[in-house]
Amino acid sequence: MVKVTCKLSGLEKSFGRNHVLRGIDLELRSGEVTALMGANGAGKSTLVKVLCGYHFADAGKMELAGKPYSPTDAADAISKGVVTVHQSIDDGVIPDLDVATNLTLDRLTEPGVGLFVNDRKLRRQAREVAESMGLTMDVRTRVADLDVADRQMIAIARAMARAPKLLILDEPTSSLSASEADRLFALIDRLRAEGVAILYISHRMSDIRRVADRIVSMRDGAISGVFESDPLDYVGAVNAMLGHQMTEVDIDPVSGGKPVLEARDLRLFEDSPPITFTAREGEVIAFTGLLGSGTTELAEVIFGLAEASAGELMLDGKPYRPASASDAVTKGVFMSPKDRSVNAVVADFDIANNMTLPFLKAFSRFSFLSERAQREATSEMISRIGVKCQSERDGIGTLSGGNQQKVMIGRWLLKASRVLLLDEPFQGVDIGARRDIGHYIRQTAAGRTTLVFVAEIDEALEIADRIIVLNEAAIAGEYVNRNVDLNSLVADVSGPGRSRTPTPPGGVPTAQAQSTLQNQASAG
Amino acid sequence: MKSDNMNKSALDLAIRYGFIVLLCGLALFFSLYASGFASPRSAVFIFQSVAITGILALGVTCTLVVGGFDLSIGSVATSALMLSAYSMVILEQSALVAVLLCLAMGALVGLINGILIVKMRVPDLLATLGMMFLLIGLQRIPTQGNSIATGMSLPDGSVAEGTFSAAFLWLGRHRFDLFLDRLLPVPVVLFLLIALIIWLFLGYTRHGRLMYAIGSNERAAGLVGTNVQRYKIVAYMISGMLASVGGILLAARLGRGDIASGNNLLLDSVAAALIGFAVLGAARPNAFGTAAGALFVGILLQGLTMMNAPYYMQDFVKGVVLVAALVFTFYLSSRRGGRKTA
Repeated sequence: MVKVTCKLSGLEKSFGRNHVLRGIDLELRSGEVTALMGANGAGKSTLVKVLCGYHFADAGKMELAGKPYSPTDAADAISKGVVTVHQSIDDGVIPDLDVATNLTLDRLTEPGVGLFVNDRKLRRQAREVAESMGLTMDVRTRVADLDVADRQMIAIARAMARAPKLLILDEPTSSLSASEADRLFALIDRLRAEGVAILYISHRMSDIRRVADRIVSMRDGAISGVFESDPLDYVGAVNAMLGHQMTEVDIDPVSGGKPVLEARDLRLFEDSPPITFTAREGEVIAFTGLLGSGTTELAEVIFGLAEASAGELMLDGKPYRPASASDAVTKGVFMSPKDRSVNAVVADFDIANNMTLPFLKAFSRFSFLSERAQREATSEMISRIGVKCQSERDGIGTLSGGNQQKVMIGRWLLKASRVLLLDEPFQGVDIGARRDIGHYIRQTAAGRTTLVFVAEIDEALEIADRIIVLNEAAIAGEYVNRNVDLNSLVADVSGPGRSRTPTPPGGVPTAQAQSTLQNQASAG
Repeated sequence: MKSDNMNKSALDLAIRYGFIVLLCGLALFFSLYASGFASPRSAVFIFQSVAITGILALGVTCTLVVGGFDLSIGSVATSALMLSAYSMVILEQSALVAVLLCLAMGALVGLINGILIVKMRVPDLLATLGMMFLLIGLQRIPTQGNSIATGMSLPDGSVAEGTFSAAFLWLGRHRFDLFLDRLLPVPVVLFLLIALIIWLFLGYTRHGRLMYAIGSNERAAGLVGTNVQRYKIVAYMISGMLASVGGILLAARLGRGDIASGNNLLLDSVAAALIGFAVLGAARPNAFGTAAGALFVGILLQGLTMMNAPYYMQDFVKGVVLVAALVFTFYLSSRRGGRKTA
């Protein structure tokens, strides 16, 4: 009988009208690594924040080692034995101080500590902590001089100094290299052996395969599947996380005309395999894959924000190597980036100025802007893509997320492009706006090639003629969007290990595949 | 519900026009109670007193628009003051050469500031603070810490032969006729002209619009293909050049390279630009606001002086106005919520 370290029942949390957690029941057991998977907005981070005392749950109960647990704040959670290492490492360490101080920082805030810092004692304590964690560096090194993995280890080591019952790791490998990640995994193995319950949040299937004893999938604020049979059903877990309702959108895939953008043996990272594909005029290609699978990096390479480590791109048959975003735009390659509030919206501007921002030159004579031309073009685009607003003079902040996103995409439809890149165009967008945007993108697709980068399979199925699956920066599969074999698609998304899927030779007929999926989803 | 709306629109009106009403009220008050305040000459005097700080403030405004800050303007101005004096008195160059040298120096300092901030990633306040120190020191080196005046004796024992040319002094001292004889000084005309140009540039050209976009969301501006780095560097170059214009005008008015003048330039012009945030409820840097802010301070000081307020109250009064304007901008405007206009 394994000991249950932490038990959650009926946990609920809302932010305003936004119901983020809808009754979470979960057991975390001692000496076990539970991997938590979920797409953006599934509620993972909210769950973590409730556990580590940043948020209070609206309803439900939490138990820690058999006793009721309701942390009043982050410090309280830590003192009760729930320790969290957050995604951004630099939140966990103080780069300008040395390792010893970082490892013993918590002790400086304890009540009853004297005024003066006894450096020698501190270093001795730090050395003990470091040795117990297998860290070999000099404790007098400045943390800023260490590599990312070491910094991460220090954040965890400090957490471990508290002898936690539950350790939460939020995307710990997101900035680690493969060898650095291996060191982290070795550490996790040790902690597991010591009987710590570990909640491991990640999108990386390879990590999850390496460390997870069980997988919990979250979707739309609820647990959509728990997988603990041996061997673990990775495909089932990804499926439960992404979910799938039959799309109402009926797509008649076109194969496209002449090649517009070709990638030849493109390597996104030093050690990643080459990617080759051809995007044709008039076609919409969806690149899909889990976070970190390389979709965003691919978009950045095509838009000139990053450089590929090898290979080349061809635009209309000519070599294409954009030096910057403005170079890409000049060459007719436009991109609507993800995370619109950070990357796209100019909060101080109204709709008209936000919409026309990339093409101000076209709206000005001798550099002087014609406000009338800006407003005319904007109001035309507003009615074409159906932005709900009073007028084009409204501040962008007065619009809902979906309508803001329409403006951000409409921005790039004002002028004809050769390649239109849409990175997560449906992020934080309600279903209605999502349909509008998808419809309009397809409607205007002639004359350019459109590449859409989405993590959710549904979104890919709703917009694309062709779906290319990326996994660990390699092409894992390619599908024409007609009667797609979803089992196989999901298996490609979750990466190698397809043999685990019970697919008989020759493949499963599509209808059956879909019904299996439905069953799995409802079972989870 | 309705009264809520009325409150909201009243607040809106107050934020929008409060400052302008205050400015007019102040002018009216002094006209009634300070004899001699309401005359063309007195009005011109106010303009003249704020012309140089106003020009510097317009430069700072450009850097504020791109989300930066320029602390070096005061020292750029005094460096221009010394450089123009040095080139005319000691190097015996013409007025044109002196002016061009100063402008080039301002542009170069702006360029270096920009490169430090954009390429070397030094935070703007620190980069321009460093440049400020550097220039304060640098401007003293050629004359070994002395002021420059016509006929001064040089370290080698000889006497400086050069003079401030009449053409140069014209810049600071000439007055154009307007209704009255010799009414409008050149610096005032230049101030109004530069204010007009910067106002048009920031508010009505695509370059200005992109600069505002950079100030509001640098990433977003970059991702639509704006050359963010170039615009930022240009903003610092404009700031540097306008600061050296201010320095030239100061030199032309003084007629000597006075090492001690221009101490207050930095603080006064930054205050004017920040007060400008509050004008017309803009809540962001803008050329009209900056000019109005400079005038506001000018009117207040002139009026108080004419009502026999002691000189040492001046900085205190400026500080009060600045703090009030900042509260106006950041507190009231944040309560107003989503802005309607661009």
